[in-house]
Amino acid sequence: MSLWLVLAVNSITLGGLLFLLSAGFSLIFGLMKIPNLTHGSFFMLGAYLATSLIARGFNFWTAALVGGLLVAALGGIVERLILRRLAGAELAQVLVTLGLSFMIADVCLMVWTGDPIRIDTPAGLRGATSVLGLGFPTYRLAISLIAVIFAAALWALLDRTRLGAMIRAGVDDPAMARVVGIRVSRLFTIVFCLGAWLAGFAGVIGGPILSVYPGLDGEMLPLALVVVILGGTGSLVGSLVGSFVVGFLYNFGQAMFPELAYVVLFLPMLIVLVVRPQGLFGRQTV
Amino acid sequence: MSVRLSRRSFLVGTALAATLPVPALAQSKPVRIGLLTVKTGPLAQGGIQMEQGITRFLKDRNYTLAGRKAELVVADTGGNPAGTKTKTQELVERDNVDLIVGPLAAFELLAITDYAAQAKMPILSLAAAEDMTQRRPNPYFVRASATSAQSMHPLADYAAKELRFKRVVTISEDFAFGHEQMGGFHRVFEDAGGRVVKKLWPPLVTPDYTPYLAQISGVDAVVQGFAGSNPLKFMKQYQDQGLKLPVLSGSVGCDDALLKSFGDEAIGVISCSAYTADLDTPSNKRFAEGMVRDYGNIPGIYAAGLYINGMVAEAALEKTGGKTEDKEALIKALRAVSLTDTPRGPFRFDHLGNVIGNFYIRRCERKGDKLVNTTIKTYPNVSQFWTYDEKWFLAQPVYSRDYPPVKS
Amino acid sequence: MKRLALVAALAILAAAPLWVGGTYYVNVASQILIYAIFALGVNVLAGYAGLVSLGHAGLFGIAAYGGAKLMSAGHGQVVVTVGGLAVTLVAAAFFATLSLRATGLGFVMITVALGQIVWGVAYRWISLTNGDNGISISGRPRPFGLSLASPAGFYWATFVVFLAAVASMAILVASPFGASVRGTRDQARRMNALGYHVWMIRFLAFLFSGFWSGVAGILYLYYNQFVSPQMVALTASAEVLLMVISGGTATLLGPIVGAGLVVVMKNVASAYIERWNFVLGAIFVAIVVFMPDGLVPGTVRLGRWGLAAWRPRAPSAVPAPGEDDGR
Repeated sequence: MSLWLVLAVNSITLGGLLFLLSAGFSLIFGLMKIPNLTHGSFFMLGAYLATSLIARGFNFWTAALVGGLLVAALGGIVERLILRRLAGAELAQVLVTLGLSFMIADVCLMVWTGDPIRIDTPAGLRGATSVLGLGFPTYRLAISLIAVIFAAALWALLDRTRLGAMIRAGVDDPAMARVVGIRVSRLFTIVFCLGAWLAGFAGVIGGPILSVYPGLDGEMLPLALVVVILGGTGSLVGSLVGSFVVGFLYNFGQAMFPELAYVVLFLPMLIVLVVRPQGLFGRQTV
Repeated sequence: MSVRLSRRSFLVGTALAATLPVPALAQSKPVRIGLLTVKTGPLAQGGIQMEQGITRFLKDRNYTLAGRKAELVVADTGGNPAGTKTKTQELVERDNVDLIVGPLAAFELLAITDYAAQAKMPILSLAAAEDMTQRRPNPYFVRASATSAQSMHPLADYAAKELRFKRVVTISEDFAFGHEQMGGFHRVFEDAGGRVVKKLWPPLVTPDYTPYLAQISGVDAVVQGFAGSNPLKFMKQYQDQGLKLPVLSGSVGCDDALLKSFGDEAIGVISCSAYTADLDTPSNKRFAEGMVRDYGNIPGIYAAGLYINGMVAEAALEKTGGKTEDKEALIKALRAVSLTDTPRGPFRFDHLGNVIGNFYIRRCERKGDKLVNTTIKTYPNVSQFWTYDEKWFLAQPVYSRDYPPVKS
Repeated sequence: MKRLALVAALAILAAAPLWVGGTYYVNVASQILIYAIFALGVNVLAGYAGLVSLGHAGLFGIAAYGGAKLMSAGHGQVVVTVGGLAVTLVAAAFFATLSLRATGLGFVMITVALGQIVWGVAYRWISLTNGDNGISISGRPRPFGLSLASPAGFYWATFVVFLAAVASMAILVASPFGASVRGTRDQARRMNALGYHVWMIRFLAFLFSGFWSGVAGILYLYYNQFVSPQMVALTASAEVLLMVISGGTATLLGPIVGAGLVVVMKNVASAYIERWNFVLGAIFVAIVVFMPDGLVPGTVRLGRWGLAAWRPRAPSAVPAPGEDDGR
């Protein structure tokens, strides 16, 4: 009985981390129609940068914000210099992001070497909290809270601000958006930077749980892919729901069918793609 | 000054040498050691340490073995079997190495073993695949480190007899190295009266171990065999989940070189390894001090393993008088090596090419601001068959996911 | 002129073991040919049908695993090859049926999912695939009693298969079916209106592509005498796609050049460049950005531009750079 409770709560906390990971990916995929395969590398890079910042005395949360900003800056450069030149050629953009992920991964290996690096849980969130009689790591519960806050903030951004309205217009119909005077290409840069910031920030937030090591990028990217495909591209609600669905699939799947661990994740994604290619909450047909 | 050769400088040097008029002296060719390692990708952590270990050795010997100059040719396999095959061919056919140290992973070794045996190329590897020296032995293979289960047998003995654990859960990655480690522990632990209640197998790539940690209960201890960067993740999540059971670890799960990355969650972990940084032999002191000086970290089993392979190669070359053309004589000399002052203590090889030597039980402690593994017991003369009869052992199936089976 | 160049190129390739310098390089050449066949197969879908697949390593691997299992069961070479290809065709049909439910990015994602499922099975279904330890086979086939154990022997056998692949691609491209495949890429709706069964055309193109990927897989099995889950990982699919894109999708030569580039970078250059992963990524980014058509068309363009710049300027009309000289 307690096993199922632990798994259920962990599904929610893991879902929270996955949301932070995938929100950026979903935004970029939804607006720019690019499955940004560099997303995992941004996640890993943010975490690595934070380890260096923390080693220099920054506090965890500052390192998370600053790490995210540095990754966002890189994202902006990538978007303006490289992706912008390939506007419209989606396949080329996918391949470029793949090539970039090789480059970023190798640079990380060069700078931080191959040893895994531990990130300490921020003070105040260490230890366990009691939920329904069982102890759960406080930090993980905090991640769920952070995820909810970000979901609310992103929703407010998309639903209540002009920028959000422009983004939604760009997702629904880029041609029309241009016609009414929205600077879609500048929007692209902003969204890509935002997506990269979210990825880097998520990498740092995930650090106390995952630590940082070479190969982290390749481990997290498929999860982001599954979340976004399941939930629907370009849809915030879709990412949120998708994250929790994947959180549940992951936890219960690993516990009940450990041999089919990968299949349990990708089979639902395949089924959704075949039956409803735009995902559970997606709007446009992919 | 390092004479470590990269491919680049090796070829430049050869090109230069080819253009210079060489006097017709009987100048002996340098002995070429090929290193198969992984320098890119997730396995790079161990691979880089392997290169450091063999380089450290060659520096200590001033790049001269048995009176002959020695050269190291480094090949990056990328951590995949096809790449390893290609690099092995490169070393054998293009670079004409005399012997190969490495590769790192069992699946890399399995991809090249037939080819290397055909080419009669001696291989000194750390890869722990059991059958390489058991049921499908390669006659040109020498392993000075351990088989997967060789360090787990003494650990199980210690756990049952001295720690008096009765019930344990094992958890390790779902691949051959994990299966073989846990299989070895399982057999000896149950033969000593204990019981392995459950065996958990998370996939090699598992971001979150919680689904497995949640299944751990009703036991005295947890036995893990994680490798690479997984031990760090696992121990942190273990502690976060509030689990307080003692943890027993395989050789790489609490490797000395990994200690600098751990936090307090590693304190109290008891592991068994062929190498321990606090071993008090002159060669280990020299080796460890050199490693700290050059690379800023105490060595673990990857670096030590390669350093020791260098010593084995040197000893064999001394036996053959520096000659390497006769491969049969070389492999015979390699397998006949028996050393006493090494970073892992005394050892020799059995007739299948696997080491018989000391294995050390260590406990992880905090000394000042560093974590160290302190040796608490030494098991001498441990072979790959533990105390079992060799014929009986080889007649059993190889350790695998379902063997030995969990008794219900 | 083109035909002469083609014959000359083929002759040079055929004689490769004689001039390439060392058995190591002959082996590299064999690898290039195997990957060239694979890339040509993927190009049928990606280039001619406009359907980009990131899961073809799954078919490549199914062929190799199928062959390996049959060989371990003791069957002879013919059964192994035919059986492996048959399994691959069935798998390709299955993949096609699922993936063709979508086009564009949806198609890509479905192929990714399929490739990952194959990878997951290869890794974890240990009783079937031996997991990460892989399956080793011994011995290579002896077609008509000739031994392929030596690198040169294997190279020539691979070369023969390669010629067959190129020939079949050339025939496909020139045929009405090939034209209809390109039609479905360019104007699917119009093709439909004209009465062509677009789905069936794509399906057959997928099978054709899957067949040659399977052939490459079997050759790979014989070459390495080993198969392991790494063959079917996402990076393997991405690499072959990069071979196709970097060489150029619109030509037959493109995938071959791309295969050569990647294989040489990974195997040969990695010996000289320590950060070869970075360089590989940088090269791909550069190719995609600066030569989006790929190396072959890009080089041809550069070549024409260079020739035009070198020719002495006659007072009469000179072909301006970029202007087609009529071919």
